[in-house]
Amino acid sequence: MSMANPSGTPAPSLLRQPRWNPYAVGAGIGILSWLVFALADKPLGVTTALTAIAGACASPFVGADTVAANAYFQQHVFRWDYGVLFLVGIGVGGFLSAALSGTLNRETVPPVWRERFGSSVPKRLVAAFAGGVLVMFGARMADGCTSGNGISGCLQLAVGGWTFFLTLFGAGLVTSALLFRSRR
Amino acid sequence: MNAMILAVTAPLTAVPALAAAVGFGALFGFLLHRGGVACHAVIVNQFRLRDFTVLKIMLTAIVVGGLGVLALHGADLANYHIKPANLLGIVLGASLFGVGMVIYGYCPGTALAAAAAGSVHAWVGLIGLLVGGTLYAFSFPWISTHILPVAAIGKARLPDVTGVPALVWLLGLAGLALGVFRLIERHERRRSASSAP
Repeated sequence: MSMANPSGTPAPSLLRQPRWNPYAVGAGIGILSWLVFALADKPLGVTTALTAIAGACASPFVGADTVAANAYFQQHVFRWDYGVLFLVGIGVGGFLSAALSGTLNRETVPPVWRERFGSSVPKRLVAAFAGGVLVMFGARMADGCTSGNGISGCLQLAVGGWTFFLTLFGAGLVTSALLFRSRR
Repeated sequence: MNAMILAVTAPLTAVPALAAAVGFGALFGFLLHRGGVACHAVIVNQFRLRDFTVLKIMLTAIVVGGLGVLALHGADLANYHIKPANLLGIVLGASLFGVGMVIYGYCPGTALAAAAAGSVHAWVGLIGLLVGGTLYAFSFPWISTHILPVAAIGKARLPDVTGVPALVWLLGLAGLALGVFRLIERHERRRSASSAP
């Protein structure tokens, strides 16, 4: 599983390798879904809890009364519950993985973006913000993201999950063809 | 619901269950990061068909997860959690999601892992996610009357719709995934051979 090592130094231990085999990672996520379904009686998912966090964060800006009166936020009231703590855990896991493998980094303009759109920081941050808005709006309209619909929905053979997965890939292929035209 | 699940999940508000939530999340975040999908280039290059990591991880997770959850469900150890298939909402939502994912370079789960690993633009996009959720909440009255009810077929599963048993579906998907992986690996070998000096 470890990469060829031309420098002759010993391969890093499993916990310090920056990347694991993608099939092993996929199988690991599949096995994690068994645990979450059986022990927590939940599907793997992200944006349901993120909606509740959005409501809590929106309160100071639009007013707590406005949030409390909103029909959608009424279905997603912020609590330190399973879903929100699961998101905290994702942050903990991502941090631990990066710290152990020495890959913590303050990426601001990623290389693929820079090659195509230049090294402007404001341009990249505006795009990241706008992309985030679209991702979450879309995830809520579809009632789930790549985790809730893409993995949990598909693994349960839900019609909605597979519709989401295939449509997302199609839309992504078209968007990247338009945005990142290759010069060959 | 069955007794065994209730026995395990009843103290969900108790400290051990909440610690389990953090633990499951941490495993997920760790795996996403180690898989490479908390990296902007890996996500964007999947859609440019230059890196197939996302597809490898997702298809493997779906097949492995699907077979296990099917077995757990058969043994009465797990419940299904099927979301209603509001097909127009899902098609429109997934389209917006796909456009946004290429621009942002993350999906919500991988964005959290990437932000925790230090990515600055992932943090800015997280604010976008929160704003997007808020915009959706205030659009919800209109969307829920005009979009979500269109082509809404309820909590449908492929086995119910097609009459083909779940195990057959999953074994078929496993075969399909193996075929796709073989093609990808062959393509990757050919490409690395042609790019070698």
